[in-house]
Amino acid sequence: MAALNIGTGASSHSAYDLRDHHETAERSHTLAVIVDNEAGVLARVIGLFSGRGYNIDSLTVAEIDHAGHRSRITVVTRGTEAVIEQIRAQLSRIVPVHQVTDLTTEAVAVERELALFKVQGKGDARIEALRLAEIFRANVVDSTLESFVFEITGAPEKIDAFADLMRPLGLIDVARTGVAALARGV
Amino acid sequence: MSEQMTGAPVAQQDRMTQETMTGAQIVVRALKDHGVDTIFGYPGGAVLPIYDAIFQQNDIRHILVRHEQAAVHMAEGYARSTGKPGVVLVTSGPGATNAVTGLTDALMDSIPLVVFSGQVPTFMIGTDAFQEADTVGITRPCTKHNWLVKEPDALADTIHQAFTVATSGRPGPVLIDLPKDVQFATATYVGPKAAKPGHYRPRTEPDPQAVERLVELIERAERPVFYTGGGVINAGPEAARQMTELVEATGFPITSTLMGLGAYPASGKNWLGMLGMHGLYEANLAMHDCDLMICLGARFDDRITGRVSDFSPGSVKVHVDIDPSSINKIIRVDLPIVADVGKLIAAALDLWKARGSKTNRAAIEGWWKQIEGWKKINCLAYAGSETTIKPQYALERLEALTRGRDRYITTEVGQHQMWAAQFLHFDKPNRWMTSGGLGTMGYGFPASIGVQIAHPEALVINVAGEASWQMNVQEMGTATQFFAPVKQFILNNERLGMVRQWQELLHGERYSQSWSESLPDFVKLAEAYGWKGIICSDPKDLDDAIMEMIDYDGPVLFDCLVEKHENCFPMIPSGKPHNEMLLAADAEAFKSGAALV
Ligand SMILES: Cc1ncc(C[n+]2csc(CCOP(=O)(O)OP(=O)(O)O)c2C)c(N)n1
Ligand SMILES: [Mg+2]
Repeated sequence: MAALNIGTGASSHSAYDLRDHHETAERSHTLAVIVDNEAGVLARVIGLFSGRGYNIDSLTVAEIDHAGHRSRITVVTRGTEAVIEQIRAQLSRIVPVHQVTDLTTEAVAVERELALFKVQGKGDARIEALRLAEIFRANVVDSTLESFVFEITGAPEKIDAFADLMRPLGLIDVARTGVAALARGV
Repeated sequence: MSEQMTGAPVAQQDRMTQETMTGAQIVVRALKDHGVDTIFGYPGGAVLPIYDAIFQQNDIRHILVRHEQAAVHMAEGYARSTGKPGVVLVTSGPGATNAVTGLTDALMDSIPLVVFSGQVPTFMIGTDAFQEADTVGITRPCTKHNWLVKEPDALADTIHQAFTVATSGRPGPVLIDLPKDVQFATATYVGPKAAKPGHYRPRTEPDPQAVERLVELIERAERPVFYTGGGVINAGPEAARQMTELVEATGFPITSTLMGLGAYPASGKNWLGMLGMHGLYEANLAMHDCDLMICLGARFDDRITGRVSDFSPGSVKVHVDIDPSSINKIIRVDLPIVADVGKLIAAALDLWKARGSKTNRAAIEGWWKQIEGWKKINCLAYAGSETTIKPQYALERLEALTRGRDRYITTEVGQHQMWAAQFLHFDKPNRWMTSGGLGTMGYGFPASIGVQIAHPEALVINVAGEASWQMNVQEMGTATQFFAPVKQFILNNERLGMVRQWQELLHGERYSQSWSESLPDFVKLAEAYGWKGIICSDPKDLDDAIMEMIDYDGPVLFDCLVEKHENCFPMIPSGKPHNEMLLAADAEAFKSGAALV
């Protein structure tokens, strides 16, 4: 959060202490949240983040256990250590939340994301796009004479890198799923 | 959470027998099975089936309010004075939206409530039907949890879960939204014991190692202080009793937040008075200078800490809370303990005794000497008057004239609230009901009715400001209708006093919109509703007038005309540390800016 421009002494006119005391070293964390798959549960999680001013960089959700009615929400968030600790505690007290795991600090995790890229172009640009897609092991899932749709999976950084390369080659549309993550080992 | 809170006795009949009944009947039956004797509510189209079921029974009393916000505050008063959850019933749309302030108030102050709202029939949800509102959406951030019940067969289980969630862990309000067709549908009723257990089971037992560390700290501390809050009250009277024992046995000083008053008796010798923005000088300085702070069931609210970076700089801090998210939220502590505060106190007391009941007596004696020095400042001193009633004087007299009675006090929000906390003394828990976290003007009057309904014979007084009190003035009819002999003690300064105080001290004495214009004739208003009205403006008449109020068998509206420009001290201006408290004598210098540098 950007610091507000508050004049010296001005906060003595407020009912609150307006200075920001929080440490600034923010870091990205991937949280896995296991929840009951019931109406409104995603709204609860998202509402917690917006209501308390936390960041969401990416969020995915899907049912993972149909019989047990469980879903897994993977949230990538940013914050200082204290904020991340608060986020975990706040998530944990939502009634339909069963478990919260910080995959960044508690485990070594694999993180994967799927993305679809639509690239429009002709001639050399088109050939270059196809060549780079091969290097990135992206699949062509749709093609016309002047466009491709590539499907790529990988860590978010890999997808970012691919996007950077495609942009000058005619990238016109992107769809990304957000991160799915699991701890390595057992 | 104590037994008392989860509390309601469960009926004796066999829970395994399944019965078929309508959704509306399930609601009433489940309430009975949870020991509910009173609900506060207001009817409307979307809850008519439930009102019909209520009509056809006599076990549950329905208190008809005049506005749904008041129903929720009444339920809060009921809950806080009994330790049992309060129950509310409102209709869809405006009924539910009117309840939002009360829900938020209960969430902030951790008060267990179960609120039922009507909803349009399931097949009409989402069509902008008449009196449709997205009630679960609107109340999601102001309830501990909420449910929209679409399956009649899930209704009984949901209600049982709702009582569990409201009363266990950190208590709070829950809401069940009930579409009208679900109320009409027939379904199977299962009793509380046969209900599907939810997974929600907050940790209540303290970690034994943490208890041991706490006891070691208690044994060694030189300048300790107990800082206690509403969590001790919520943990039940036994927790308050054991805390009192621990405090007396260790000889440590104790202060409390606004929410925790009464858990340790104000007549006890270790009592420092309330802490915080308008807390006592000795309490705040003890917090600032202590070397061991034991926080029991409080949450380092910004009204308590002042400037966070200067908060109690030299102390080892222990924080006991049933809600892990309260720990390390504002202040980083050295020993976090997630537990029911009652269980923690019991465990710590046992272990401390088993290890020989040791404390650092010599050091603590010195610490008390320092505290006695601070007490000599006499921080609540005010200039008396022969001709005008000072609000502090009015409360001193109210205290003196009600001492020894089992008295319940509610308040509105403002200066009068802070003076009440400073000048009234509470020797038992559950006797003091005030809106702490949300600071809701309009809370006190309906809360006092809720308390009175729960304790029909008790003396129940709402200490009010004339501005706050008008925010739920319509409840006069409710008090009359249900013979609730509540006493409304209005400290009438014809000002939005607390706002005026901030404007005087911090906004160059520009009194923007902070006076009460066109006030009613309170005595006539009282008479219009069949109450007794009393007006008093002379300090010499005050005692008689207060006695007249107390002795009257019925509701009383007491218009106590007080000094209009009195300020509430001590005061820690926001953003200042505890040791930069303003006393009455400093106010002029502060206004002229001298204290701002
Ligand atoms: C619903 C609501 N609106 C506004 C406020 C802000 N506020 C806090 S105290 C206060 C003035 C209260 O005046 P009164 O009830 O007469 O009490 P006094 O301070 O004069 O004792 C106001 C407006 C509030 N706390 N609650
Ligand atoms: Mg006033």
